[in-house]
Amino acid sequence: MPSYVISEKCDGCKGGDKTACMYICPNDLMVLDPAVMKAYNQEPDQCWECFSCVKICPTQAIEVRGYADFVPLGSSIMPMLGTEDVMWTCKFRNGVVKRFKFPIRTTPEGAANAYESLKGKDLESQLLATEEAEGYQIKRPQALA
Amino acid sequence: MAIPNKPLGEIKAVKDPELVEKEVDILIVGGGMAACGAAFEIKKWMGDNQSVLLVDKASLERSGAVAQGLSAINTYVGENSPDDYTRMVRNDLMGIVREDLIFDLGCHVDDSVNLFEEWGLPIWKKDEAGKTLDGIKGKRMGTLKAGAKPVRTGKWQIMINGESYKRIVAEAAKKAIGDTNILERVFIVELALDKNRPNQIAAAFGFSVRENKVYSIKCKTAVIACGGAVNIYQPRSVGEGKGRAWYPVWNSGSTYYLGMRVGAELSMMENRFTPGRFKDGYGPVGAWYLLFKAKSLNGLGENYAASDSAKAELQKFAPYGTAAVTPTCLRNHLMLFEMKEGRGPIIMDTVTALAELGKTMDKKELKHLEAEAWEDFLDMTCGQANLWCATNTEPEKKNSEIMPTEPYLLGSHSGCCGFWVSGPDFDWVPDAYKIKAGNGKVYNRMTTVNGLFTAGDGVGCSGHKFSSGSHAEGRMVAKQLVRYAKDHADFKPEIALSGAQIVDLVYKPVRVFLEHCNYTTAVDINPNYMKPNGMMYRLMKATHEYGAGTSTYYQTSSKMLEVVMDLLAMMREDCEKLAAGDLHELMRAWEIMHRIWTVESHLRHIQFRKETRYPGFYYQADYPQQDDANWFCFVNSKYDPAAGKWDTFKKDYIKIIP
Repeated sequence: MPSYVISEKCDGCKGGDKTACMYICPNDLMVLDPAVMKAYNQEPDQCWECFSCVKICPTQAIEVRGYADFVPLGSSIMPMLGTEDVMWTCKFRNGVVKRFKFPIRTTPEGAANAYESLKGKDLESQLLATEEAEGYQIKRPQALA
Repeated sequence: MAIPNKPLGEIKAVKDPELVEKEVDILIVGGGMAACGAAFEIKKWMGDNQSVLLVDKASLERSGAVAQGLSAINTYVGENSPDDYTRMVRNDLMGIVREDLIFDLGCHVDDSVNLFEEWGLPIWKKDEAGKTLDGIKGKRMGTLKAGAKPVRTGKWQIMINGESYKRIVAEAAKKAIGDTNILERVFIVELALDKNRPNQIAAAFGFSVRENKVYSIKCKTAVIACGGAVNIYQPRSVGEGKGRAWYPVWNSGSTYYLGMRVGAELSMMENRFTPGRFKDGYGPVGAWYLLFKAKSLNGLGENYAASDSAKAELQKFAPYGTAAVTPTCLRNHLMLFEMKEGRGPIIMDTVTALAELGKTMDKKELKHLEAEAWEDFLDMTCGQANLWCATNTEPEKKNSEIMPTEPYLLGSHSGCCGFWVSGPDFDWVPDAYKIKAGNGKVYNRMTTVNGLFTAGDGVGCSGHKFSSGSHAEGRMVAKQLVRYAKDHADFKPEIALSGAQIVDLVYKPVRVFLEHCNYTTAVDINPNYMKPNGMMYRLMKATHEYGAGTSTYYQTSSKMLEVVMDLLAMMREDCEKLAAGDLHELMRAWEIMHRIWTVESHLRHIQFRKETRYPGFYYQADYPQQDDANWFCFVNSKYDPAAGKWDTFKKDYIKIIP
């Protein structure tokens, strides 16, 4: 199910230093054609349909068309990624439309506690830093206890 | 540090790229769950004078197997014991596993799950009445760490709202290690041993997929965590659909290649995974079986897995086949039997399952149940949801077909190929499971190469880690990396190759291309070289036909293995003539080399093990039975980089947990 870019909607991320789809694609598929300043999927048969480019595109210029080998035409699924939820619109070939909203995180973006000031003490033990801080005791197999 | 994103995919590779030389104490290769775990943990143990660098082929925010999210965390020990976790993994993998590694992982995995929840990953909870609360509502019951009850599907799995799972984990990893210690869009393609100290890791070589730059990074110690191997066999969909691999299509076996090329010992490379999934879209089946209690039916509408003949068949593989949970390979075995007997297609009866569940639900609950079924796909396999839409499949009205996929190699899911690594230095761990480094010390998860570690899919004989276990294992390794670097503070890595030789090695496909590309009028067809795309098809055809691919229902034989090994040897020779005209193609050229070496080691192990240990995953027709008397042992192999020769041998299995 390769991603495709709608010419009219893509603005090449306005020539900034970061083209969003190109930045995010885990398989290096999305590239910017500098002549027309628009992105495209350079290798559709290596697309995992992970929707990372669709979700990150600031102008919603990217959608996905089902793999030619086995997906009949006429359907679409489209995400809208917010800060707390993702909204999906799923359109069936026969016209049925379903909408779903799923939570994506319970904290504000950027709020993950990386425990930057936590320093481990005993490098020779098998404890992870947070385990050590909490006094966790590593178990032994019960039969050998 | 993330580099500015410039449109270089369109820019051709040049003959003489810039050589960037770096030296750090600790190198992390990879960007998925294991590498993010290492990135989170590393600075908590590093001294002020130590340095670290993480190198990712993609960008951390969405790299690795969890890029599009997950709908469940498959390993959370919780109220269970690490002992039982070990027993479960051992049974699923037909008895031959490293119990020290599995138990050890079981002791630490929950700490990572607790962090995920703290960071903001929504974990479903049960309320007092036993009803499910998801998203932010789950938080009302408190955290798992404080004793709240997760929504278990099986004994080990918990449900999540996991669309942003990787983004959340990457956020913490980036903050912890620091942006300036991350190099994104750089693909590490070879490792190097030290010039002076034998069997000691010293450097990694790679290139940017964004700029014409070759990297040579010296290090005292490194972890390779680049996932498993995908598209090493012809997939069931061969057009655009070959991108719809079950495991991430960008996992090219780099973990195994990088380590084996410097002589790290591999273990159980014969093990593979051919998951039974929703046909073509490869959507997950776990929630359907475990959460929605669906049954799979054969073409006659029979619940074949519950039949007397299926029970008799499983009896042949006791005690594994008769355990409470049937091993994954044997579930495939039963499915394949139906298909071969002409009783296909195999159907997941979603209609009956949802109708049964709906009997006790009101309208609102029913609506939520429908959303749960869709979320299971939309959180981790979006394409399967679109396939349902395109085929007018509403799961409460229309059933879907399931089918076993093409083979994959991995060490973190229901598979266990990878490296032979050291267990932890506890008194209950047998000496044979500990690898002593040059200084006589034992470093947990170190390979047989001094200073070289692995995690996640790279660790052999220890499956069922999944996302959470891979993260925890990356953290465990991080501590050992720091310890190794500290114990070897006086070690100054030196490499035998000159800068020019490194560039020549990494950019060889570019130089082959530039030398010959003007000879013909069509750039892809030239007698002096082969493009990576052509080599990919050649690899897939050979393994598909001879190496127990889907074309033979996963069956091979001694003769067929001889044929495919000859074909692979010639492929390796022809890789000297791989050609790449741009940086994206250069990435593909190196990926196909990584894939060829990886699948060759897989088949070499299958050739050596003269039994069929994993019926349903593969069959060796000349040795169709399990043979405990001769083969209840690990199979290990080692490539000698100096001599260019392989050695394959048995290694004793030691039972630790009764």
